[in-house]
Amino acid sequence: MPENKRKIEVPVMADLFDKGDKPEYLLWVGSAGAFDDRYKKVTRAFVKILTHLNISYAVLGIEEDSSGDVARRAGNEMLFQMQAMMNIETMNAYEVKKILTCDPHAFNTLKNEYSDYDGNYEVIHHTQFLQQLIAEGKLSINSDIYKDKTLTYHDPCYLGRANGEYDAPRDVLNAIPSKKVEMKRNKSNALCCGAGGGQMFKEAEKGDKEVFIERIEEALETKPDIVVTACPYCMVMMTDGLKYKNKEEEIKNYDIAELIEQSLEL
Amino acid sequence: MINSIIFILLWAGAIAFFAWNIKKISRNIKLGRDIEIKDNKKKRWGLVLKIAVGQSKMMKLPISGILHVLVYAGFILVNIEMLEVMIDGVAGTHRILASIFGFLYPIAISSFEFFALFVMIGCIAFLSRRNVMKVDRFWKPEMKWWPRLDANLILITEVVLMTSIFIMNASDYILQTRGVEHYHEVGSFLLSSFFVPMLQNLPSETLILIERTCWWLHIVGIMIFLNYIPYSKHFHVFLSFFNVYYSKLEPVGKLANMPSITTEVKSMLTGEEPPMDEDGEVEAFGAQDVKELTWKHLMDSYTCTECGRCTAVCPANLTGKLLSPRKVMMDIRDRLELVGKNIDKNGPDFTDEKSLFDSISAEELWACTTCNACTNACPVNIDQVSSILELRRYIVMEQAAAPSELNAIFSNIENNGAPWQFAQDDRMLWADELYMNEK
Repeated sequence: MPENKRKIEVPVMADLFDKGDKPEYLLWVGSAGAFDDRYKKVTRAFVKILTHLNISYAVLGIEEDSSGDVARRAGNEMLFQMQAMMNIETMNAYEVKKILTCDPHAFNTLKNEYSDYDGNYEVIHHTQFLQQLIAEGKLSINSDIYKDKTLTYHDPCYLGRANGEYDAPRDVLNAIPSKKVEMKRNKSNALCCGAGGGQMFKEAEKGDKEVFIERIEEALETKPDIVVTACPYCMVMMTDGLKYKNKEEEIKNYDIAELIEQSLEL
Repeated sequence: MINSIIFILLWAGAIAFFAWNIKKISRNIKLGRDIEIKDNKKKRWGLVLKIAVGQSKMMKLPISGILHVLVYAGFILVNIEMLEVMIDGVAGTHRILASIFGFLYPIAISSFEFFALFVMIGCIAFLSRRNVMKVDRFWKPEMKWWPRLDANLILITEVVLMTSIFIMNASDYILQTRGVEHYHEVGSFLLSSFFVPMLQNLPSETLILIERTCWWLHIVGIMIFLNYIPYSKHFHVFLSFFNVYYSKLEPVGKLANMPSITTEVKSMLTGEEPPMDEDGEVEAFGAQDVKELTWKHLMDSYTCTECGRCTAVCPANLTGKLLSPRKVMMDIRDRLELVGKNIDKNGPDFTDEKSLFDSISAEELWACTTCNACTNACPVNIDQVSSILELRRYIVMEQAAAPSELNAIFSNIENNGAPWQFAQDDRMLWADELYMNEK
C-alpha cells in the first residue's frame, strides 16, 4: 500500500443488501465510466470525493448494464427497452431511490425515459451534486492551483439543451479559484461535440470537417489552459480535438470532478 | 350596388376556396398516426402567448427577430382597417367609420400608415437579406427555385399591398380637399401626405380611378394572399399557433416511447404471450412514410416556414454533411402533399410504392447527433429530432439496415452490456487499487 494512502473499497449494492444496508445513493458508473480508460479516471475522482465527504453510496458493479441510451438514439428501440427493463428490475430490487451519475446520457435516460417502464428515480448529475454540496457548505475549495489558469467549459448537449442544466457546472467552476472564459457558442447555443446519437461509435458521414474539430477550434479561441467537460463522450471528442491540433501537451482536458479532486488533493 | 355584389361574391369565393384548402391540409395532417395531446392546457396556452404571439424564440437572432415583429405585428394591425373596408364594401359606403370616430379617425388611419411603413421596412430588409446580402441559410441546397421564389413572392406582395394603402390614402385626401362627391372630409393622414405632391396635379377623374384601383387592389390582393398561403411556406402564419400549443412539454432529451415494443419486450422477458392487438393490425416500427409518423410530426412539417435557423446551427450541416433539419421538414411536407393529391385522385387506399426514403437518404439521417440544437433554434417549436428518429427506427428495426458499426455496438450491448467489447464481469475493474490521500 502506498504511504499515507487510504485504500477505497467501492461499496457494491449486492454486498450492502446482504448485510441489510441500504445506501442513500446509487452511483451509476455507466459503460464509459467503467470501461473507457480516460473516463475511468473521472469515476475514480468522483468516488474519491464521495468517500472524502462520507456520502452513503454504492454501485451496481457487474450487475450494471448498458443504459440503452445509444441503442435508443441509434433507432434500436427494442434493445433500448430491454436494457431499460433489466436495469429497472435490478434497481427496483435494491429499492433504489436516488441515483448519481457522471454521464449526462445516462442521466437523461434514467431520469426522463425509465419512468415509462416503472423506473422512477431522482437522478442527479455529478455537477448538480457538487453544486449542492458547495451551496450547503459541505464542500469548499481553498486551493489556488488553478488561480492563474483559464478554464473554458463545454456544455454537454444531454445536460444542457436536453435537460436545461447550465448553471450547476458553472457554479461548481466558480467555486474553484480560476479564470473562466465562455466559448462563443455556449449554454443553449452550445455546439455539440459530435459524439451523441450513436456518432461516437461510427465514422462520421462525408463532410468537410469533423464536428469535434469545429468545437475545439472554438474552445481554443478562448486561449484556455484547461478545456472542462462533464460528459464521457465530450471528453473523448475534446481530447481528440486537442490531439488533432497538437495542443494536448499545453492544454488539458478535465472533467469537473477531476478539478475538484485535484483541488482537494485527494 | 353592383360593386357591393361583386365585393360580396369575391369574398365568398375567396373564403370558400380558402376553407377548401384548409380542409385538405387538415385531412392530410390527420393522415398521421394518432397520438393524444390533451394535457397541461394552461401551460400550453402560456407557450402560445410567449412563443407564438410573443415571438420569444425569434429574438434569439435579434436582427431578423425584430424585423419579423415589425412585419408580423404591423400586418395584423394594418388589417384592423380591413374592418372598415369590409363594411364599406358591403354597404357601398366610403370610410364609414370616420363619422363615428370623428377626430380620432385620421389619427387611427395615420397610425395604420405607420404600421404599413413598418411592414414595408421589414419586407424590404428581408428581400435584401435574401437576394442582396444572400444570407447563407437562404441559399442552402434545399432552397431551390421554388422555396426562394415563394419567399420573394410573399415579400413583394406585402410591399405592393402596403404601397397601395399609401397611394389610396393620398388620392383620397386630395379628392376630399377638392370636395369631390363621395369623398367627404375625414382629415389628412400623416405618412401618405408625402405622396400628395406626386399626385396633386392629376385630374380628379384619374385620382378617383387611382383611389378605386388601389382600394380594389388592396382587397383583391388580400384575397389572393389568403389563398396563396395554403400553397406556401407562409402557412406558418396560421399553423404556428397550433404547433406551439401542441409542443412537446417533456424534457427536450426524452424521446417518444413506443408502447408496442414495451409489450413485446415484456413478453420476451417474462416468457408470456403478448396480448393480441384489438384489431390485429401490425404496427410498423418507426416510419418510412408520412402515415407512420404522428399527426404532430406532420403538423411540424406544414408549420415549417423554411427559415433555416435549425440548419444554421446543426453541427452536421455546419461541418458540410448532407443532413439539414429544414430539408427533412420540407421533404416530409412535400411527400405529404403528394400523398394527399394521390388520395384526391385515386381514393384513400392508393399507394404509389414510394416513401420518405425516396427524398431523405440514410446518409442524412445517420449524421444526426440528436443534440437538439435544431429544436432549440426553431421559433415555432418544431421537433426535427423526433421525425429523424422515427425514420432511423424504421431503418434499424424494419429494414435491419443500420450502419455496420452500429450493428456491432448493438450486439455488444446485447451480449456484454456495454457498447464496447468488454466482459460484463470486468465492470468493476476501474475500482481496483483505488487509493486516496489520507485526510
